[in-house]
Amino acid sequence: MKLPFFPIAASHMAERVDRLYLGLLLISAFFLALIFLPMLYFLFKYRRGKMLSHRKLKFATWKLEVIWTLIPLFMLLCLFGWAATIYYDEERPPARTLEAFVVAKQWMWKIQHAEGNREINELHVPTGQAVKLTMTSEDVIHSFYIPAMRLKQDVVPGRYVTEWFEPTRPGTYHLFCAEFCGADHSLMGGNIVVMKPADYQAWLNAGRPVDNLAATGEHLFREFGCSGCHQNSTVVHAPRLEGVFGKPVPLQGGAITTADEQYIRDSILLPASQIAVGYSNVMPSYTGRVSEEQLIQLIAYIKSLGNQTPPEETK
Amino acid sequence: MNELAPATHTHTSAPAESYLDEHTVRSWLLTTDHKRIGVLYLISIVFYFLVAAVAVGIMRIELLHPHGTLLLNETYNKLFTLHGVLMVWFFLIPSIPSALGNFIIPIMIGARDVAFPKLNLLSWYLFMIGGGFVLYSIMIGGVDTGWTFYTPFSSTYSNTHVLTMVFGVFIAGFSSILTGLNFIITIHKMRAPGMRWFRMPLFLWSLYSTSIILVLATPVLAITLLLMAVERVWGIGIFDPRLGGDPILFQHLFWFYSHPAVYIMVLPSMGVVSELMAAFTRKEVFGYEWVAGASVAIAVVGFLVWGHHMFVSSQSIYAGMVFSILSFIVAVPSGIKVFNWTATLYQGSISFETPMIYALGFIGLFAIGGLTGLFLAALAVDVHVTDTYFVVAHFHYIMVGGAVMGFMGGLHYWWPKITGRLYPEAFGRLAAIVTFIGFNFTFFPQFVMGYLGMPRRYHNYAPEFQVYHVLSTAGASILGIGYLLPVIYLLWSLRYGKKAPANPWHATGLEWQTTSPPPKHNFDETPVVTGPPYDYTEDFEPKPSGVLHA
Repeated sequence: MKLPFFPIAASHMAERVDRLYLGLLLISAFFLALIFLPMLYFLFKYRRGKMLSHRKLKFATWKLEVIWTLIPLFMLLCLFGWAATIYYDEERPPARTLEAFVVAKQWMWKIQHAEGNREINELHVPTGQAVKLTMTSEDVIHSFYIPAMRLKQDVVPGRYVTEWFEPTRPGTYHLFCAEFCGADHSLMGGNIVVMKPADYQAWLNAGRPVDNLAATGEHLFREFGCSGCHQNSTVVHAPRLEGVFGKPVPLQGGAITTADEQYIRDSILLPASQIAVGYSNVMPSYTGRVSEEQLIQLIAYIKSLGNQTPPEETK
Repeated sequence: MNELAPATHTHTSAPAESYLDEHTVRSWLLTTDHKRIGVLYLISIVFYFLVAAVAVGIMRIELLHPHGTLLLNETYNKLFTLHGVLMVWFFLIPSIPSALGNFIIPIMIGARDVAFPKLNLLSWYLFMIGGGFVLYSIMIGGVDTGWTFYTPFSSTYSNTHVLTMVFGVFIAGFSSILTGLNFIITIHKMRAPGMRWFRMPLFLWSLYSTSIILVLATPVLAITLLLMAVERVWGIGIFDPRLGGDPILFQHLFWFYSHPAVYIMVLPSMGVVSELMAAFTRKEVFGYEWVAGASVAIAVVGFLVWGHHMFVSSQSIYAGMVFSILSFIVAVPSGIKVFNWTATLYQGSISFETPMIYALGFIGLFAIGGLTGLFLAALAVDVHVTDTYFVVAHFHYIMVGGAVMGFMGGLHYWWPKITGRLYPEAFGRLAAIVTFIGFNFTFFPQFVMGYLGMPRRYHNYAPEFQVYHVLSTAGASILGIGYLLPVIYLLWSLRYGKKAPANPWHATGLEWQTTSPPPKHNFDETPVVTGPPYDYTEDFEPKPSGVLHA
């Protein structure tokens, strides 16, 4: 039987995490030696029946205490800096990424690529390109865990969370749910399939539907009647959505928020909670009418409008 | 009885009546004697421990195979919930404070009892009622949420008996609060004349720190569980986003209690170990004031690190960094203690009685548990290993390695005082060594397995992890023997053990100046303290190790 000690490293982040892990192992070994070698020596040397000394210790206790307080403290702060740097990079996706969207539910992972491809419990990605996942859950908290990438992110209902990685090694790797989520928690897993870019392109083309996510979202935008108010309406005063995504939105009451995925999601489900300046609270809530996957498609559509210039408002 | 004219003054020559001399059930169930309440706690926590251990035994057998066939998924989930709830709230948290602390604190400070004896009895009853609710919820079908009760799973989705179990934990929380209050006031107000703060044994410092956590943190747990129950029963949106709540709020509230709770489990052990290091090296604890101060520092800083349980929960990355740095800092006072214990050995006269072996075992396991805590404080590594077996191994090293080794060490150390009988020393040493070996055998493979990516709370798992699970289960069988041995020989010693002298270890401390077992009111006359707590410099004939029981 094999006794592996390290998991496969399949992302650029994995190697950095492994180096930190090795560093921690070395420091642990150092401290263990520092504690246990003298301890074993003392246990042997000063065992009862051998000798007994009641001499007062000659050195100043407080000096020793200060030394063994400050040196570990300094080492720990260095470790913090090292670990925090990697964490910072792990949590901040680069500007250009492939995008995929993940909806978790008891007990499966539903994945939509920006190109429109859909998968369940499998995620195909190419090497050499950063992949950003925007994730949410339909029910309880799950956790999207890819050991080979050294990445884990809780997937929280009501929120969009992101995780990103850059696969470096083709292969098939475990996907686990790491947050206890009910009866079949341990079966809620799957595979991350990392392919060479050409293979990935072939895979993408083979399964590509007619529409990409944004186009599907545009259909929904009409179906749900959003377009009636948000496009060309002469009756209802609703904000146009061109050029909105990613920009700051001034809200009634003086706050300013950013029109990101979470803001759009909240605006669809809880429209009364954040009203943009200059508009009134007339939009109905779509809670219960729109699924998490449809929300993602709508957001993809609004996101695709982000680069367009807003039309002149007609009064 | 007229308290102003103690009967002991009139017939000092007759042996005082021991606290154990009354035998009726009523005399036990209505007692307000802190010693008897300590014994009641001792019996109860051992019972809960055994139930929780059986649960995990079944789980470990199941995990021998990647697709275990003994249990259903649901049953497995219910077993780990039961194991966690009973171990955390009904064994680890009350083990040393409520059982040993109740017995020893008043005697150690030269008092007749705790400050509020009736409240003390009430806290035991609350503890038992809470445990009753937990056992009841198992009998009617169990709970599958895990001991952390994360929402919205627990508040909305779980179809099991969450409410009855949470109610049990809620009630047991009041028991914790009452015990903590009682200890704080007892230690403040009832110390013997001359026992200044820096003349207190370190066990008292650690229990004082623990009590502060008990009193300040437990109400937060109670409120959190109450809010969760409110959401579950009335559908009021507090944690479930579908109802307008915030699922991460629960985690903040829960860990605000549950992280300090780890120190509730391990600080008392550190106190016990300090006592044992002094007694079995025949030296004062090196840097006594620093060790005492480290207890308080751990209790205080321990309140500021709860967010390190949530590095991947989607809390802000800057919050993550603040919690990370504080988590690194809380390691410093723990390190101080370990260094001081090592330095205590220097020029000591070290004997290897059972309690000392447990104490050394504690230091070994605690050092590994503490150092692996740094891995979890280190953000980027935590992202990979959180919610895996690495965490399982880490907290078992701290909580079980720490709390259980300390508890067993303390139990053996004070056993002659509690029962008036000596336990068989050879069996004691064997049990301590078997426990240490079994423990490492069980949990060390879990570190490796965790870094390889084995998630926790998995009933079925990927086949490459099997070899580590098999090792772990094999270790658990050894550990089980290490736990069963003391149950057998300690019970045996109650009837057949040799009668214990007042001070079998030749240790300092007021508890060794009264008879074994102590009389009802602990001391015939209030003792007066005139010196430091570990004065081993005079009146001691060095004896070779083991002579006591030869």
